[in-house]
Amino acid sequence: MDRLSRARSGLREMDALAAGGSPIHRLHPLSKLLVTVLYIVTVTSFPKYELSGLTVMVLYPVLLLQISQIPVSHCFYRLRFVLPLVCAVGLANPFLDRAVLLTLGRIPVTGGVVSMVTLMMKGTFSLLASFVLIAATPIDQLCAALRSIHVPGILATLLLLTYRYIGLMLGEAAAMAQAYQLRAPNQRGLHISAWGSFLGQLLLRSMDRAEELYGSMLLRGFHGEFFYVDVPRLKAADLVYTAACAAAFFCARRFNIPSLLGSLFVR
Amino acid sequence: MHMADALLSPPVAAAMYAASAAAAVVSVRAVKKDENPAKLPTMAVTSALVFAGQMINYTIPGTGSSGHLCGGMLLSALLGPQAGFLSMVVILTIQCLFFADGGLLALGANCWNMAFYGCFVGYYLLWRPIMRGKFPMAGATRSAQRVKIILASLLGCAITLQLGAFSVVLETSLSGVTELPFAVFAGIMQPIHLAIGLIEGGITAAVLLFVHQARPELLMDADAGGGSAGNRRSLKTALAVLAVTAAVAGGGLSLLASPNPDGLEWSLFGNAEAGYSENLGLDEEDYGVSSGAADAAASIQEKTAFLPDYSFADSDSPVGTSISGLAGSALVAAAAVLVCIAGGFFRRKKAAHG
Repeated sequence: MDRLSRARSGLREMDALAAGGSPIHRLHPLSKLLVTVLYIVTVTSFPKYELSGLTVMVLYPVLLLQISQIPVSHCFYRLRFVLPLVCAVGLANPFLDRAVLLTLGRIPVTGGVVSMVTLMMKGTFSLLASFVLIAATPIDQLCAALRSIHVPGILATLLLLTYRYIGLMLGEAAAMAQAYQLRAPNQRGLHISAWGSFLGQLLLRSMDRAEELYGSMLLRGFHGEFFYVDVPRLKAADLVYTAACAAAFFCARRFNIPSLLGSLFVR
Repeated sequence: MHMADALLSPPVAAAMYAASAAAAVVSVRAVKKDENPAKLPTMAVTSALVFAGQMINYTIPGTGSSGHLCGGMLLSALLGPQAGFLSMVVILTIQCLFFADGGLLALGANCWNMAFYGCFVGYYLLWRPIMRGKFPMAGATRSAQRVKIILASLLGCAITLQLGAFSVVLETSLSGVTELPFAVFAGIMQPIHLAIGLIEGGITAAVLLFVHQARPELLMDADAGGGSAGNRRSLKTALAVLAVTAAVAGGGLSLLASPNPDGLEWSLFGNAEAGYSENLGLDEEDYGVSSGAADAAASIQEKTAFLPDYSFADSDSPVGTSISGLAGSALVAAAAVLVCIAGGFFRRKKAAHG
């Protein structure tokens, strides 16, 4: 049940990171979102054997993490969710695809091994990129950016409100879980007799809370849409950043940069 | 069942985004037409609750393992399919952005696999027909309503999870990232998700039953059932019948899921099942999917040698280019390390100044 409080402190950490003031934090949220999507599309579009070409893509998240001064350890802690499934799907490749692509000294390297490593790198890189995006962009700015590309207001408002309430609900559920655990020691998880009532109680209380919340929103002048005040305007620097990143990703995808670099030194 | 970015190729991801966006547009229109602004905070609070609820471990009686809540069915039973879909989309977005569960590119696919099936298919094909249907054993009594809720939740979660798992297999195979044959991959995923679906259905049913007892007006298509409290025994009998039916159907379906139950496939199933129960004990998010596939890979490993025959090694042709690729990659790695060192240096400098 520890997960509830862990998730809560995770959210708080992300909020603290997003409140930083590095050059990356100051970029327009829309250009950050666009570049991140471009990066992930580029990374996932690499063919399964193009391991060497893919490696150059590591530079983008590494540079961004360093410029925005976001601790790398936070990010790698998160990998534990994503990597198991990716590894599981990729693990079969070395056994099923056994054509030898190259030999390193005496050791032959099969296509399956290469495609497995490529898959894991793709997973890691895409995760790093979206982590940097969210660690350097506050959620309200992100919602405003979504609004500016005509994502329906309902979705943006819902995202913002849900995010706000997740912190609260996690806290309540964690307190309930702790109370339950103290009354039922040596028991992992909820007993079947409490399956319905545990979440059900919280649900009923939350429904009442939603009504109160709506009342208080009405009193503050809510009419179905939020206004986003402190959204930066799109500056020239944002456009330059977006264009430069897009060009860099295109080059990295089009030319095998590590191979070209290597051929300068190896004949 | 959250897919990561690496499991999808951009065209497949784009197609899934388009499909989910279409469903979202329909939902937004429906919610707007509803003209009930009070629904927005209710949706937000309910999705926050489901988010928290999915992190609670529910102990499965008789086993050491635990199950989790099925969000889609619960949300569509409480909010209706369209509002439920939007809430699910928001939950998946937050999970992807803040908890690295799923990926930005895979969000469209995840919304389709979990939110679309759970909300639209689960509601229109299962929840509403069952809740509105007339069953021979039921009148409008309270216990009849309870049986319907249990039936709708169990069937809803099991079937929508089967559809979702099948979509994961389909999308991964279409993206061409795995060498696993389609039938083997589906043969691993479907039985595991049948078990998960039934357990999630049980948990969803328990929560909905509690809500029905306390505040029946909160549930879609359920009336309070004017009759007396109903007799508990008929409920228990019905539950037992349902459990047996589910077990029989489960066994039958998993046999059907294996197109050719030869030795390899049997060993896959055996291992996948063991992996499932072990993994649920670990109470992590990955649902045992990974461990099932890992076990499958392990069982293949027993049958095959790791390194192929040396005599096949073609040591001439691709080596030249590969070695320059390797050297270049090493250079990139060195550059990355250098960037990190430089970043650390400037940070320390800044810390010393500040």
